[in-house]
Amino acid sequence: MTQISVENLSKSYSVAVRDPGLAGAIRGLFQRRQRQIAALDDVSFSLERGELLGFIGPNGAGKSTTIKILSGILRPSSGSCHVDGLVPWEQRITHVGRIGVVFGQRTQLWWDLPVVESFALLRDIYRVDQPRFARTSERLIDMLKIAPLLDTPLRQLSLGQRMRCEIAAALLHSPSILFLDEPTIGLDAISKLALREFVKDLNRTDGVTVILTTHDMHDIEALARRVIIIGNGKLLRDSSFESMRAEVLGERRLIVDFANDSSDVEIEGADVRARDGRTVEFAFDPERTPAHTLIARIAASHEVVDIRVEDPKIEEVIARFYTLHGAVES
Amino acid sequence: MNAAALPYLSILRARFALMLQYRAAAFAGFATQCWWGAIKVMVLAAFYAGSAHQPINLAQAITYTWLGQGLLGLLPWQADAEISAAVETGNVAYERLRPVDTHTFWLARAIAARAANTGLRVLPMFAVASIFLPMIGLEAWSWHLPSGPQAAFLFAISISLTVILSSAFTVLLNIAVTALKTRRAANIAPVLVSPLSGMIVPLVLMPLWMQPFLFWQPFAGLVDIPYRIYFGNLAGSAALEGIAAQCLWVVLFIVIGRAWMARVMARVDMQGS
Amino acid sequence: MNGLRLYLSFIRNCLRAQMLYPTAFLLRLVSQFVITITEFGGLYALFLRFSHIRGWTFPEIALFYGVVSVSFALADTTCRGFDMFGPQFVKTGDFDRVLLRPRPATLQLMGFEFGFTSLGRVLQGLIALAIGAWLLHVDWTVAKALLLVWAMAGGLALFIAILLLQATLSFWTVESLEIVNTLTYGGIEAAQYPLDIYANWFRKFLTFVVPLACVVYFPVATVLGRSDAAGIASWMGALTPLAGFAFLFVALGAWRIGVRHYTSTGS
Repeated sequence: MTQISVENLSKSYSVAVRDPGLAGAIRGLFQRRQRQIAALDDVSFSLERGELLGFIGPNGAGKSTTIKILSGILRPSSGSCHVDGLVPWEQRITHVGRIGVVFGQRTQLWWDLPVVESFALLRDIYRVDQPRFARTSERLIDMLKIAPLLDTPLRQLSLGQRMRCEIAAALLHSPSILFLDEPTIGLDAISKLALREFVKDLNRTDGVTVILTTHDMHDIEALARRVIIIGNGKLLRDSSFESMRAEVLGERRLIVDFANDSSDVEIEGADVRARDGRTVEFAFDPERTPAHTLIARIAASHEVVDIRVEDPKIEEVIARFYTLHGAVES
Repeated sequence: MNAAALPYLSILRARFALMLQYRAAAFAGFATQCWWGAIKVMVLAAFYAGSAHQPINLAQAITYTWLGQGLLGLLPWQADAEISAAVETGNVAYERLRPVDTHTFWLARAIAARAANTGLRVLPMFAVASIFLPMIGLEAWSWHLPSGPQAAFLFAISISLTVILSSAFTVLLNIAVTALKTRRAANIAPVLVSPLSGMIVPLVLMPLWMQPFLFWQPFAGLVDIPYRIYFGNLAGSAALEGIAAQCLWVVLFIVIGRAWMARVMARVDMQGS
Repeated sequence: MNGLRLYLSFIRNCLRAQMLYPTAFLLRLVSQFVITITEFGGLYALFLRFSHIRGWTFPEIALFYGVVSVSFALADTTCRGFDMFGPQFVKTGDFDRVLLRPRPATLQLMGFEFGFTSLGRVLQGLIALAIGAWLLHVDWTVAKALLLVWAMAGGLALFIAILLLQATLSFWTVESLEIVNTLTYGGIEAAQYPLDIYANWFRKFLTFVVPLACVVYFPVATVLGRSDAAGIASWMGALTPLAGFAFLFVALGAWRIGVRHYTSTGS
């Protein structure tokens, strides 16, 4: 059942242009020039209840703009959007009562209050009745392991601890949709893993629809079966991650540690991508030259210490996708 | 150009550029002060209509008011905003990483802020209150010129001392904020500056028995002394006495500031995350 | 939980946060009181010199001053959040979070900060009223006292409206907000005197544009039995505080326009 539908969404801004230097600043006192920026250009997609969507794109591509429109705090220039039958920005109060939003590196909790007090305030704000609140918060506290943090003022917590409390806070009113805008920025490795596990669990067990924007491709790898790629405000791809990877960068990598000096090693059917001392990284097309053929070829003519076969790194795949589609940072 | 002065001069340039960016703010500040000045002038005129015989006459009181509005940027209402922010984020120790003497640096920064703040506001204020008002027939309510070349000269000296005095006090506020780790430490500033400088009521209009105390307290040098020199109410040796009072407090503030800063900076620590 | 109970909940948290540093809190409260009492003292010092201003004496001015001071201070206490709106919410983008909560934005902003320190000014205003009332040779009746309270209610609405307009202004510019000080602190400065001391155009401005006259001058002049000096019939003096509420209504409309502008252009 379709829960979120976005049709031909467009959003443009006008930005003031200022000349550099002191002379420009004085000129700026008397006249301002404007230019138009298209943050979103005719974007359409839809989501079923319980889906987990990954939203990726270069900086300034329009990811945050889309999240803001979907959450109702930004009006589009044109196009339409429905979430659970409501137009987000027109029925703001009803709509936001049903969603949870987490902005990475920003907190909605009160800085000076102990976390548990913030939760109590949110319970009042969202009008959650006490028995339901007790059940929900207990479960979230348990799942996110934040029980020892509850009596601490937020400002005394580390970023990882804050983010866990932040996610709990966003879910206290049991929303059916959760928006996560760059949630893993600045987190240490353990916190990132814990967060991914939690979100996966939330989506699979509770059926909460999740939209996740991120730069961290490992988030995508771990969580998102479906990705939408936005570039320069346009929707570039809406598919499973695997099918995109196969299309963009179908090659595989062979990493060989040679026993001897390998500065002039060349192998038929593979290109050299990188050299590091006696280690060489080859790229090959598995359709034309299967891995075992290549390995046999190498072993036949060289002494080898170790060989591994890998897929290209995700960042490389995405970077190549951006390049192919001319998606640049803005 | 003296290489040692370079860091201090570049702050001044940076401040000016920043001020110019915010043209709406500049206009708003200007409009606010015109309004404020107009109200005060109208009130003074109503008071003087009842009894004109006072230590300073209406024209002087009006000039006092306009001077106050035009030179409002010179008054030390709060600690330096950058330092308050640095103290609250725990970054104030970075101030010690700069290859300059911290007290002098903070003093230069305060002077730059005062000068930039005032420079942009006093010119339009003077244009309106001194030139425009007489043009539309409101000469009686306008900002009059100094009472003579000697007054103008002494005023130039006095107002320069005001800039340094105000900046030295600002540095004291900065140190207080650093020592107590909160910008609230500077809340004492308006409590002292507002009444004691003469901004609420010209000090010379306060009761007679208070005059000696009011003259020799530090904040008289921010407003009352220079303005009275301007229109000749303090002339000759009285003017020099006023200037001496200003010098006294400049020296005291700087000496106390340097000693206090040494103690406070020894204890300052950097906050990690 | 309805709006009022939520607001009280917010206030309780504000108080707790401020009481974390009780000495700093008390110091701020006291310094606010000292600053405002000093202002009042300055007014008194002027009257020692000048004895009257166009026929109005110190006790009468004390009454004007007290009424406008209390009105503004109560507005500042309850709606400090509007005052801080620009730098704290618009500039930081935190207004997004306000919009993401299922409650009216104005209620959330009021709950953001409670200006406890302004209670110092409330006290000062009440003291000014008391001094004025005690020194005046006026036949004090319940009706006159109620009229003063009614004037302050209108004044409260007016100053809340001004703060709300300041908050609305910050949707367009965060840097020029100080111009609203002309109406808040400028308003106190102007309205503490009977408005007949001012030029005609200024009096008209303060009656029809920003109706300070309607919430201070006219009602207090009526209480003092000087409504003819103010140029109005005495029964009008009882009605003019309504202008404060009308002004608040207009300000709420402007606010709604401001929020729409914010959601159309983003932060």
